[in-house]
Amino acid sequence: MNGPSTGRGPLGPAAEALLIPVGALVAAMLLFGLFIAMLGQDPLAVYGLIWQGGFASAFSWQNTLSRAAPLILTALCVAIPAQAGLMVIGSEGALALGGLAAAVTGHLLGEASPAGVKLAMAGAGMLAGGLWILLAGALRQYRGVNETISSLLLTYIAAALFNHLVEGPLRDPASLNKPSTDPIGTANMIGSIPGMDVHWGLIFGVAACVLAYLLVRHTTWGFALRVVGGNARAARLAGLPVGALVLGACFFGGAASGLAGMVEVAAVHGSANASLMAGYGYAGILVAFIARQNPLAIVPVAVLLGGISASGGMLQRRLDLPDATVLVLQGMAFLLILASETLYGRMRLFRGAEAGA
Amino acid sequence: MASKRSYTRRDALRVISGASALSLIPGWAWAQTKLTVGVIYVGPRDDYGYNQAQAQAAAALKKLPGIKVVEQEKVPETTDVQKTMASMIEQDGATLLFPTSFGYFDPHMLKMAEKYPKVRFAHCGGMWTEGKHPKNTGSYFGYIDECQYLNGIVAAHVSKSKKIGFIAAKPIPQVLRNCNAFLMGARSVDPKITCQLIVTGDWSLPVKEAEAVNSMVDQGVDVITCHVDSPKVVVETAEKRGIYSCGYHANQAALAPKGYLTGAEWNWLTVYQQHVKDALSGAPFKNFVRGGLKEGFVKMSAYGKAVPDAAKKKADATKAAMLKGDYVIFKGPLKDNTGKEVIAAGAALKQTDPVLEQMNYLVEGVVGKV
Amino acid sequence: MTDLGWWGVPLGVLGGALRVSTPFLFVSLGECITEKSGRINLGLEGIMVMGAMAGYAVSLASGNPWLGVLAAGFAGLALGLLHGLICNLARVNDIAVGIGLMLFGTGFAFFLGKPYIQPKAPNLPAFSLGGWSELPQVQAALQVSPLLLIGIALAFALAWALCNTRWGLVLRMVGDSSDAARAMGYNVNLVRTLATAAGGLLAGVGGSFLSLYYPGSWTEGLSSGQGLMAVALVIFARWNPVYCFYAALMFGGAGSLGPALQSVGITSGYYLYNAAPYVLTLAIMLATCSPTRTLAGAPGELSIVR
Repeated sequence: MNGPSTGRGPLGPAAEALLIPVGALVAAMLLFGLFIAMLGQDPLAVYGLIWQGGFASAFSWQNTLSRAAPLILTALCVAIPAQAGLMVIGSEGALALGGLAAAVTGHLLGEASPAGVKLAMAGAGMLAGGLWILLAGALRQYRGVNETISSLLLTYIAAALFNHLVEGPLRDPASLNKPSTDPIGTANMIGSIPGMDVHWGLIFGVAACVLAYLLVRHTTWGFALRVVGGNARAARLAGLPVGALVLGACFFGGAASGLAGMVEVAAVHGSANASLMAGYGYAGILVAFIARQNPLAIVPVAVLLGGISASGGMLQRRLDLPDATVLVLQGMAFLLILASETLYGRMRLFRGAEAGA
Repeated sequence: MASKRSYTRRDALRVISGASALSLIPGWAWAQTKLTVGVIYVGPRDDYGYNQAQAQAAAALKKLPGIKVVEQEKVPETTDVQKTMASMIEQDGATLLFPTSFGYFDPHMLKMAEKYPKVRFAHCGGMWTEGKHPKNTGSYFGYIDECQYLNGIVAAHVSKSKKIGFIAAKPIPQVLRNCNAFLMGARSVDPKITCQLIVTGDWSLPVKEAEAVNSMVDQGVDVITCHVDSPKVVVETAEKRGIYSCGYHANQAALAPKGYLTGAEWNWLTVYQQHVKDALSGAPFKNFVRGGLKEGFVKMSAYGKAVPDAAKKKADATKAAMLKGDYVIFKGPLKDNTGKEVIAAGAALKQTDPVLEQMNYLVEGVVGKV
Repeated sequence: MTDLGWWGVPLGVLGGALRVSTPFLFVSLGECITEKSGRINLGLEGIMVMGAMAGYAVSLASGNPWLGVLAAGFAGLALGLLHGLICNLARVNDIAVGIGLMLFGTGFAFFLGKPYIQPKAPNLPAFSLGGWSELPQVQAALQVSPLLLIGIALAFALAWALCNTRWGLVLRMVGDSSDAARAMGYNVNLVRTLATAAGGLLAGVGGSFLSLYYPGSWTEGLSSGQGLMAVALVIFARWNPVYCFYAALMFGGAGSLGPALQSVGITSGYYLYNAAPYVLTLAIMLATCSPTRTLAGAPGELSIVR
């Protein structure tokens, strides 16, 4: 790409970070519309229903946000280790084990003061999730085992452990046809955000993203982490504690996923059961990549994904389209947004060629 | 399949501008719709199994005048189903909901019922309890173990190895009750029969289910039934290995023309129609609905070619007694497969007894562990 | 039928290995080709599901299951090509595209596959290697699919070709050092795209085995992560196609361990048995990896080994 050699474009990098993905999204919507039209449905009707189902009213916004909430936290499980150059895809397992730890803690503490129990549950969930991902980080740091593969394997292992415990030793005999752990009790539930039908996971998620952003971009620790991510050998030569940084990043990431598990238990299910593994972890991976591992960008991306999911029901009920329709749209959107990554720094509109390449 | 509604561009634009969801839905004749019913499935609705049985009833409802049915499939048991219920109520105007998966009940449906007290929630499989659960919620279920008992009778007549098999997704009360009834039916013909139980671990694991059939056949099992979401793979694999199968949830006869003996099927239309009638007339919601063969909640598949006359005779006689309502499957003395007495001599648990819905044992003769 | 008792377990695992391993084999060979070129495709799961659906649909429409296999291969080829082309763009992350492709492939297959859940399509034939035995169990265990034999032949052919043919050398060179390949005048992106497309083709064929042979019908729950596991399997097999075959057999056999043990009365802990292949893979990685050197046989350009 040999662009003109001088000067900045009319728009800066911030506009670039916004306009490129939005452009890719629009392209995906057009492609999806074409697909819909080929099937003999009216794309405009479909667009209308997606808007109506996901974003048109207070009701649909709440629907969207409550679907986005768990994804924000599971995406952090990918984005924080990514700062150190690690590609962890094990958020689903960390979420399950975090939820399980929280449920067991909540049940054991049962009658204690609810505020204390809730804190303990959050702590236990974060600890369990954090340690699980830390394991992947340690395997990489000290044994050279690739963290992408090990975290994937650990997810399968976590699921097996989770199912074994929930349907075996930790099962509440009263949970008849849906094997679950003992309930944490209504007093220990954290409920919804006042005035909204969205649970507290949303607030936790947004707060965690802001916190992660500050940590990564505005602290020495975060700077050191990004140096490791840029070039681990250089970081080691510069005397940075690479091992501790990598393990810390993995722990924080896993803790975010573990917190998502705790929220599922304490705000939705009231106990740990197989419904915790609803694919939030895998969706979180995509959210993190679309957000280009930027903690702040995770929030809008998760909301977008939540909105598309929310509108899926509308498409099924009104147009008799299959449930997989939204998967097709999400797949198209993600592939195009990921492909649009290549445009950064290359478009004259945003900056001159000197900044690129 | 619902008739295809036609859309015009103007309709679409109205949707886009859509301020109020209800009044602007294109093509919907609200004046003639007296009742909107929402049905929610946990899996695909044409799965040859659990969800298909529900969807068949929903499809029949659609043909009734003035009834609008909205459906959503593959809805997980998370906040997703809460939002789905709320959307059906707020966006489609549904006033009667059928959330059909066990896991939808607590906490999801109970939470929505509190929020929408005027809407009726009819849940499949749960244990609605007076005083504990809201009045606008209820649960329906069928005594399909009666059909599994009849399956067992037929199975016993054709089994040469005297080993029959049951493939289960998870060892939960509903499943254990079916497995026990299957063997007890078989043992009512030949007390020496044993039943092998294999648990796959989840509701839909086609490869594991096929492996389970294969390993059972290798151990000499020659009649098989199951309790998984979609019995398709089990019945097909049994046919390939040349053994007999009894169906579950829906009719799988088409999948195994040689080996399909008979099957335990749901007949949910009975329940759906009752709830729709009550909702239309404003009659009080029936909170706890249970029924078996007698009430028409469950039915048997037609006998396959391989079923001998003696089996038909015995099964039909037992079925006639069940239809009269005086047949008791679970009566004492009954031991579980560890030798412990679970029903005392002289005791007879009628089908309606809630204790049966908490079954946590396998009866003597079942090879397996809870 | 003779009572096998405990002998049923090894026989069940052997039979299971022969029945269940084929999709693992094809997917891992596909991933092996892709990774040898220096890229990783995490989207084989989606490709496999798409292959399963396309194969079933075409078999139903044409009445010929082999046409179904062909269609599955084409569907896989197309999706693999898509992955390859997107990853050719600068700065696009292959792992992320793979996950996106997984979503797209499964979604697309589920969407188009709705009308094919109910009908019964013709399945692939099986042939028996167990005619020598009197035991029906042994005969049944040794029923094999022609696809398995094709897969085995392919594994050996691939192992030979990687070392002894021109394109095998080019593929490995591109995977080991793109600079060297470029200096030799090869188009690195082209080779990688073709390798990913070939990998997709094999994954699609592997998917058609699921829908057309075992379990032998199209359902949405058909694949339980075999495609995703391919990545681990290839590492397990040290990027050696012949080892891929052994690893696939092992993963297949491990999958039938749970049911086989239950059928002789070992009933507890079936979830843990189901996780056995994952634990084993992790254990082997743990034992053979080292922080100071890369894995033997690993393509030097591969992101996951650097």
